[in-house]
Amino acid sequence: MIKAVMVMNTQGKPRLTKFYEFLDFWCVVLCSRAENVSNFMEADSIFGPDSRLVYKHYATLYFVFVFDSSENELAMLDLIQVFVETLDKCFRNVCELDIVFNYSKLHTILDEIIFGGQVLETSSAEVMKARISLKLYRISYQNSFWLEE
Amino acid sequence: MDSLFQRSLDDIIKGLRHQQAGESAFVSKVLEEVRREIKSTDSHTKSTALQKLTYLHSICFVDMSWAAFHAIECISYPNFTHKKVGYLAISQSFQESTPVILLISNQLRKDLKSNVEVEVSLALECLSRIGNLDLCRDLTPEVFTLMASSRIPVRKKAIGVVLRLFGKYPDAVRVCFKRLVESLESSDSPPIVSAVIGVFCELASKDPKAYLPLAPEFYKILVDSRNNWVLIKVLKIFTKLAPLEPRLAKKIVEPICELMSKTGAKSLMFECIRTILTSLAEHESAVKLAAGRINELLIDEDPNLRYLGLHALAIVAPKHIWAVLENKEFVIKSLSDPDPNIKLESLRLVMEMVSESNVVEICRVLVNYATKSEPEFCNVILGSILSTCSNNVYEIIVDFDWYVSLLGEMSRIQHCQKGEEIENQLIDIGMRVQDVRPELVRVGRDLLMDPALLGNPFLHRILSAAAWLCGEYVEFIRNPVELMESLLQPRTSLLPPSVRAVYLESAFKALVFCLHSYLKSATSSDHSALGLSDPGVSKENHITPDSVLHLLNLIDMAVGPLSGSYDVEIQERARNILGFTELIKPVLSDSLHPQDERHKQQVEASKMVRLLHDTFSDELGPVSMSAQGRVPVPDGLVLHENLADLEAVCGSSLPASSATISFEGSHNVEGATSIFISDQKEESEPSSESTSLLAEHRKRHGLYYLPSEKNTEHHEANNDYPPANELKSELAEQSFLPKRKSKQVKARPVVVKLDEGDVLPISSKIPQAKDDSLSEAVRDVLLGNEADADTLTQKAAADSVIRKKGKEKLNAKEQEDDLDHMDSQSGTVQNPVKERSKRSSRKQNADEGDHGGDKGKQKRRHRHGKHRTREGVQNPPANVISQTPVPDLLL
Repeated sequence: MIKAVMVMNTQGKPRLTKFYEFLDFWCVVLCSRAENVSNFMEADSIFGPDSRLVYKHYATLYFVFVFDSSENELAMLDLIQVFVETLDKCFRNVCELDIVFNYSKLHTILDEIIFGGQVLETSSAEVMKARISLKLYRISYQNSFWLEE
Repeated sequence: MDSLFQRSLDDIIKGLRHQQAGESAFVSKVLEEVRREIKSTDSHTKSTALQKLTYLHSICFVDMSWAAFHAIECISYPNFTHKKVGYLAISQSFQESTPVILLISNQLRKDLKSNVEVEVSLALECLSRIGNLDLCRDLTPEVFTLMASSRIPVRKKAIGVVLRLFGKYPDAVRVCFKRLVESLESSDSPPIVSAVIGVFCELASKDPKAYLPLAPEFYKILVDSRNNWVLIKVLKIFTKLAPLEPRLAKKIVEPICELMSKTGAKSLMFECIRTILTSLAEHESAVKLAAGRINELLIDEDPNLRYLGLHALAIVAPKHIWAVLENKEFVIKSLSDPDPNIKLESLRLVMEMVSESNVVEICRVLVNYATKSEPEFCNVILGSILSTCSNNVYEIIVDFDWYVSLLGEMSRIQHCQKGEEIENQLIDIGMRVQDVRPELVRVGRDLLMDPALLGNPFLHRILSAAAWLCGEYVEFIRNPVELMESLLQPRTSLLPPSVRAVYLESAFKALVFCLHSYLKSATSSDHSALGLSDPGVSKENHITPDSVLHLLNLIDMAVGPLSGSYDVEIQERARNILGFTELIKPVLSDSLHPQDERHKQQVEASKMVRLLHDTFSDELGPVSMSAQGRVPVPDGLVLHENLADLEAVCGSSLPASSATISFEGSHNVEGATSIFISDQKEESEPSSESTSLLAEHRKRHGLYYLPSEKNTEHHEANNDYPPANELKSELAEQSFLPKRKSKQVKARPVVVKLDEGDVLPISSKIPQAKDDSLSEAVRDVLLGNEADADTLTQKAAADSVIRKKGKEKLNAKEQEDDLDHMDSQSGTVQNPVKERSKRSSRKQNADEGDHGGDKGKQKRRHRHGKHRTREGVQNPPANVISQTPVPDLLL
């Protein structure tokens, strides 16, 4: 079970937070960790027993997933990669600004990948498909809306 | 009009970014706007306001619980964009306790039934995040319908939400479980299998036993699936199931090994390794294979893989320490890795490797690393050395002299902050291990002598222990005068008052000891027949009259000013010492200057000194923490009545019942004599079985266990205070130790252990809050209703079946045969629910198809039997098997 997803920048500003289990707010000082070290942290003290934390650092952003023993550590690293790849496809060379300004899009994408704490989709192509169908629906809805008016 | 001038979310984000300082002012201004706008009747204005609020909630953590009702309004809008904003707000901000949560029930139902896929998805997502008992109960039928949806994304999400339904509303199992199991077989659509296996993984992690009957389905996926995500989850499930059923373990070990060696995905490989190490550790060959793969991880460049490799070693360590020992060098080298995770993990492994024979070597290496590491890790290392070595009353320590000097060395490490722990251990060892006291005193003296250490506040606790030890066991000190000098050196003013008080008390003890040995040597040289032959005084402590004078002067000089100290402890002790010296001075001064009358004076002086010396030389022993409880309450003392008011007055400020070892004077037992505790006494004691057995054994074999004569000594309790102070030198751990190597010259000294209450009672593991109703429901669905009715008879039947089966197993059924069973089985594990309802109706309709023949046996049938009913009929000879608790494939 995945417990939380966070995206934060190097100054510790949260850019996206999503908790699948209720958790108090926290801010881990990830920035103090050196490059080229492993991406796991013990998170028991913050998130309760049986919690692990994995993060990935992209440019100015940290992507953080918190999960428990039902998930594989390396698979979680891959999942962060899937998430970021999807963002990249969606925004074409994603940067922090995209994430800042596309708050609800981000949630939509994440909801396709992680559903109530479970990994439901691991292919970024599938996620993009879902996004496109959403867009299409929206357009068709709007069209019909105007037609009806 | 409102919407024309309304700021959009983008405006807010831009605005926030342009605020250099005073962000909170901006936020509260926006909040004010939002509060106004959200009341609008226009759907666009309202949803935009809600969107802004949700953003602020998730980024700046402002409260949005007040807007719950507005969010509910938004999801009822027909416009999808507005609806989506509402759903996001709800799933971000609603708690189970949100009062208006039930109001969304109808809207959710409407959306779940919608023809539009994205709307259904939104509703499912929302339910999976915030569903509570009522919502889950109300919406179970809709979710059940969606689980059979032809649209894969919807079906997948419906399966995902089932986990929430089961968790909050266990009765949903009776509705949805069958369809969930069916979905396991939809091999045509991988996303569905992936979703459903994820759900089972979560379910099985809570109560694996209930899902054991599904093992054949999981096995099929394990063998057939090519999807790494699915395989990882299946392995996670088997990790939970395999320990429950050894035959299952036997069955899966081969495919897992194959998977492990074939796969290119590191995550899957690691999962295979972990499964083997946690649940299949009895299969030697598999563990060997896994160990080989771990080695690959360890030499990888990626720190993540190295970390996980070490983590895997930590899993295997308790059962197969050889796997760790093979990589010993790598593990020790990793202690200096730049990666904190790797360092910690390797430290854990090093501590796993520690045994009686290598503890010296390993501690040497670790202390070296500690001196080189940065402060934080240095203390982690020291902490783990201390806890490992003291584990179970210093179980692994044989050479206490070495350990004590190691403690001394550790306290001198620059970053050492483990003062409290070292202090406790020094005193604890002093009390428990008699033989090590000379070395303890030597180490303590060295610490006390060094004026530089007094400046380090982290060491004060250690110095306090050293001072106490030197005072308490002063008879082992070579040069008591030197000790007095270091206890009273000027830099002791740097110590906190509590430690300084210990210093003064020790100085007092040392003084009494000096005077005592001086007077004794004086009298014995005069051949006076005073009979003061105390074996405790060694001949080396020659105290000259000059040094006594020097000591008295030193005390006047150093302790004198302290008699006016503001700290009561210091002041009182200082005055005690000064008072004593005042008393003793006149009588001593004569003996220091030889006169004719001196005999009389000396006798008086030595009487006084002897009195104090005797007081101080009473030995202190550890007292069991439960000692107070064993003291019988005197008649007429009604604690509750007498102390009832006290509780009301002091309330919580009363200290928790003391959890520390306290000191209690016990009758010092002469070293030469040995008093055996009488048999009756031994029996009346609440001692554990093993200790009494050991005592028996010892009686029979004499001194076989005892390294020296001293060890036969028993501290006997003070008779008028019987059970509280019972001390027994217990040799238990000695006999448990593995065979010593012959090179070990030194025998392990006796370590005093108390019968009970020696260690803090480890709080028993809190039983995991199991969702009993959930597992019950699952069991019901999987196994049928009669499980409830005839549990007892069934159990008995099942037992006998197992026994029979054991015999059958000798006949060694063919492997292929098993596989056949498995295939037929996967076909039969279908409609448990349907079948159950069928069965209940069948009670009236005896002619209900092929199950009819089974009817009579139904009550006796094992709980798992249902799945194989058909099989049992097809295969009459295998009838016995059809009643077994475990699917055939496991044979």
